[in-house]
Amino acid sequence: MIIKTVKQTAWFFVVPVVLLVAFNALIPLMTVVNYAFQETFGDNVFFWEGLTWFEQVLNSDRFHDAFLRQIMFTSIILLIEVPLGIVIALSMPRKGPWVSVCLVLMALPLLIPWNVVGAMWNIFALPDIGLLGYTLNSIGIDYNFTQQPVSAWITTILMDVWHWTSLVVLLAYAGLSAIPEAYYQAAKIDGASRWAVFKWIQLPKMKRVLTIAILLRFMDSFMIYTELIVLTGGGPGNSTTLLSIDLVKLALGQFDLGPAAAMSLIYFFIVLLICWVFYTLMMKNEQQ
Amino acid sequence: MAKITLQNIQHSYLSDPKTDFDFALKHIDVVFEDGGAYALLGPSGCGKTTLLGIVSGLISPTSGRVLFDEQNVTHVDTIHRHIAQVFQFPVIYDTMTVFDNLAFPLRNRKVPEPDIKTRVLEVARMLDLEEGIHQRAASLTVDGKQKISLGRGLVREDVNVMMFDEPLTVIDQNMKWELRSKLKELHQNVRTTMIYVTHDQTEALTFADKVFVMYEGKVVQFGTPVELFEKPGHTFVGYFIGSPGMNILPCQISEEKVEFSGLPVKCDNQTKNLLGIQDGVMTTEIGVRPEYIRFANQGIPVKIRRVDDLGRHQLVHTEHEQHDIKLICPEDTPIPDGSAHIEFDAEHTFLYVNQWLASEDNSI
Repeated sequence: MIIKTVKQTAWFFVVPVVLLVAFNALIPLMTVVNYAFQETFGDNVFFWEGLTWFEQVLNSDRFHDAFLRQIMFTSIILLIEVPLGIVIALSMPRKGPWVSVCLVLMALPLLIPWNVVGAMWNIFALPDIGLLGYTLNSIGIDYNFTQQPVSAWITTILMDVWHWTSLVVLLAYAGLSAIPEAYYQAAKIDGASRWAVFKWIQLPKMKRVLTIAILLRFMDSFMIYTELIVLTGGGPGNSTTLLSIDLVKLALGQFDLGPAAAMSLIYFFIVLLICWVFYTLMMKNEQQ
Repeated sequence: MAKITLQNIQHSYLSDPKTDFDFALKHIDVVFEDGGAYALLGPSGCGKTTLLGIVSGLISPTSGRVLFDEQNVTHVDTIHRHIAQVFQFPVIYDTMTVFDNLAFPLRNRKVPEPDIKTRVLEVARMLDLEEGIHQRAASLTVDGKQKISLGRGLVREDVNVMMFDEPLTVIDQNMKWELRSKLKELHQNVRTTMIYVTHDQTEALTFADKVFVMYEGKVVQFGTPVELFEKPGHTFVGYFIGSPGMNILPCQISEEKVEFSGLPVKCDNQTKNLLGIQDGVMTTEIGVRPEYIRFANQGIPVKIRRVDDLGRHQLVHTEHEQHDIKLICPEDTPIPDGSAHIEFDAEHTFLYVNQWLASEDNSI
């Protein structure tokens, strides 16, 4: 009897959170679901369409292309940012006055508003006036990110690496700092090489934070919009049109609310699915 | 295997040490004979871990020399000193199996794989780790993990000295006994020099043949457990070893007599020329262990404050003019009520000058 009373009180305390989540997540999401299955011509008039929009999106070359570009972009930045972040974290000082200097320098890119990052790189890379673009062209490299897809990709990736490697560095550094000195001393006594110390002590001890770093970088890069729309706007052509930019074009450019809503849901489930698979794999490995 | 000599070692963690207070270790002269079982005993912050670090080469001393046999190794790397160390909490390589953990030091030294296998299995047998040797090391209990840390030292045949830095701190009480006797047994089998650092007197006294008692960066006494108990060389040793520790009472010296609050006391190390001590003396104290105080018809009058029943003994807390005096009596001794007289056993009562045991020549 007592137990039951306690349980009911507990539910009561959860109500504010439920309301909050309902208003900021569930209700907006249900609006999208509403649009995804119906056709509307405004004036609150809806026609049931079933799965039509989903079929249309899933069968469209445009979605396939954006999706492939997205996968490519995310893979490339993960492959660069994670190892680079670990290397930088390993070479940062562990104690002394330089620690705070390094940490502040590392945190700087993370503190800059995303659209400012896009604007900075846009100006920096402009072939006629930007420092990077002008220098490259003056040493004989043909570089113009506003016209060449390859240059646009390189610039986008550089921007993302510059902006987000710090996050991996800070997380990896936190992981490294948590390793007790005795591990290094024991490894020294055991005659371990630098590589063995990394492989058997540092990497295993960093695993948890790296899991978080990879998950965060995966999700954020899969949803990248702000920096990219300022830098390339998805161009030249559609060459840097990743999923989120494509979605905005569909929803707000063409005002195809039905297909855009369906695409939103598909997009959402892809992110959720990949995160879930990734997390499960990492955790399963952990338990062994 | 080697004899280890520390010559006039001083160490400071400050870059520019000036006074004695800046030093974690002060003038340490210590010899560890080959094959001995030693303990460094002292409270936290007395410098015992620093001393261990200097032997292992993880810390480079500010001054002084470290010799392995007759070879000066003061500036030799840890790896070339061929030492093994077990840390306060188990250090294991989580992602490796128990076998790979034990094989790791040998693999790093490029020992041929068949030899590794023989050696690892041998050590695993010694440590009762054979069962589950191909499991992930992370899945073991704390004491199992600590055995692995120990095993990584034992697999190597070139080890000069094995060092233990409070290795039982995180081990459950009942496993402590088992591991401690295991260590003792191992020492008898492998005969490597072992140095055991601890603040626990039971661990030190049961493990070691010889104990160094450290206090404020100095070795205050070196001796067998019995010597430390029977004749503490410094008031700190008397206080730190034994439970409860020695009664340390202020005394006055006058005309060849030692007096405790006006009453004459006989000391074992009382010398003829007591007056000679007086120059430059800061404190004079007598020390007597609770085990060597008896109730008597006459002697020092005391008030009885409390009696603790310790099973086979009774611990009696008494007071004489604000000085607490503890004594231990067998369980069947009748304890007088209120006030009583006590006497000290002269053979086990010592005079301490400036906290050090007064010696014949008063050279301290």
